[in-house]
Amino acid sequence: MNDFTIWDMAQGLLLSARWTVLLSLIAFVGGGLVGGLLLVLRLSAGAKVQAMIRLYSEIFQGTPLLMQLFLGFFGLPMLGIEVSPWLAASVTLTLYTGAYLVDIWRGCVEAIPRGQWQAAASLGMSHGQQLRLVIWPQAMRIATAPTVGFLVQVVKSTALASIIGFTELTKAGSMLTNAVFQPFIIYSMVAALYFAMCFPLTWYSRVLERKQGLALKR
Amino acid sequence: MISIENVSKWYGQFQVLNACSTAVRKGEVVVVCGPSGSGKSTLIKTVNGLEAFQQGEIRIGGTSVDAPNTDLSKLRSHVGMVFQHFELFPHLSILDNLTLAQLKVLGRNKDEAADKGLRLLERVGLKAHAGKFPIQLSGGQQQRVAIARSLAMDPVAMLFDEPTSALDPEMINEVLDVMVELAQEGMTMMCVTHEMGFAKKVAHRVIFMDHGQIVEDERKDEFFANPKSERARDFLAKILH
Ligand SMILES: Nc1ncnc2c1ncn2[C@@H]1O[C@H](COP(=O)(O)OP(=O)(O)O)[C@@H](O)[C@H]1O
Ligand SMILES: [Mg+2]
Repeated sequence: MNDFTIWDMAQGLLLSARWTVLLSLIAFVGGGLVGGLLLVLRLSAGAKVQAMIRLYSEIFQGTPLLMQLFLGFFGLPMLGIEVSPWLAASVTLTLYTGAYLVDIWRGCVEAIPRGQWQAAASLGMSHGQQLRLVIWPQAMRIATAPTVGFLVQVVKSTALASIIGFTELTKAGSMLTNAVFQPFIIYSMVAALYFAMCFPLTWYSRVLERKQGLALKR
Repeated sequence: MISIENVSKWYGQFQVLNACSTAVRKGEVVVVCGPSGSGKSTLIKTVNGLEAFQQGEIRIGGTSVDAPNTDLSKLRSHVGMVFQHFELFPHLSILDNLTLAQLKVLGRNKDEAADKGLRLLERVGLKAHAGKFPIQLSGGQQQRVAIARSLAMDPVAMLFDEPTSALDPEMINEVLDVMVELAQEGMTMMCVTHEMGFAKKVAHRVIFMDHGQIVEDERKDEFFANPKSERARDFLAKILH
């Protein structure tokens, strides 16, 4: 058992970190699309659709992600839909991310003064143009920090997918520990890898914020 | 040009507009005044459909504002509106503020829109600031840009909602000067303002509102010489000191 060097372990973890990155990317992109679509609906659709979207985000925000993963993985097969851990994790994390992003972004859109909508409307812009050309570019600036902050949470949350048998970084870490009994070293490396994935995100958001702050002050 | 007939509006139980009727003819300048909360902003915003109303009818050049088959965006695109707080788009340069709707709403090409934008900036004395951002300009300058932005759409009428009341006193005149010039060129204008100097100089008629009602709607001379209602007299006494 002890013929595993630290380097071997690091290599194994690094390889499995790919799946964490990939799962995170799927959640970002999928959740971003879901969140963006629902945001547009929330800002323009009728009361019924709005209530449904609100219910959706309440449910996903008000229940543990772990339960959502269980329900996705064990629940769907009971309805006759076979799902792999991959599919279950991707779909669940996408819906989870979308449920938060739609709320975060709606808050940012609502922070833009009503007069901006009115000014855009008075120039003859359609509702979509008002949102796309005037409101969203402003909302995006204030949305950067909370969005990236949440995406960092998502990266860390992908660890939960290990429970439904998805072999990502955390799962690889525990499998390796079972094999070589060096939990401290292994989990330190796992933590370092998560940090390496999250830190660039927070760093980048800080750079963006500073740049936008300058653009406004200029 | 603009006709407002029996317009009423409620916020729940509260009636903001009470059977308002008036008309603004082509080339006419009408000033709307009245105490704060009397419904002036609400009235002027019903004209281009920014505020809905429950009763009555508003027509611009014969087109009903709230008829289901009216293309409201199109109607708005040639009715200019200037707001109390300027509402320039902070993420766009001054020139881009003037060209955005020309490009996206009127479908003008880039050169045409920029040309028009620069000409209008020159007209309001701000051509040198074309590349700056709104936040870099003073309030008075921003409001002049906002007027130019509306003019870039070749409006058939202009609506103003207290365009100078958010300005420091020393900046009021630079904005009023632009408005006076517009009026003298024959622009159809409906202006909510308490600048009675402006009203005396260029208005044809003055409307006085109180509690959601149009209390007086008189020729300018008539209004200033002998306001009929007690409320208008009190109001004039207050703002003319
Ligand atoms: N969205 C709203 N909901 C409820 N009341 C409103 C709303 N907007 C304006 N009001 C009320 O309508 C009245 C008229 O407002 P407004 O037209 O802004 O007056 P003015 O421009 O003459 O000061 C005020 O009493 C104001 O409080
Ligand atoms: Mg007002």
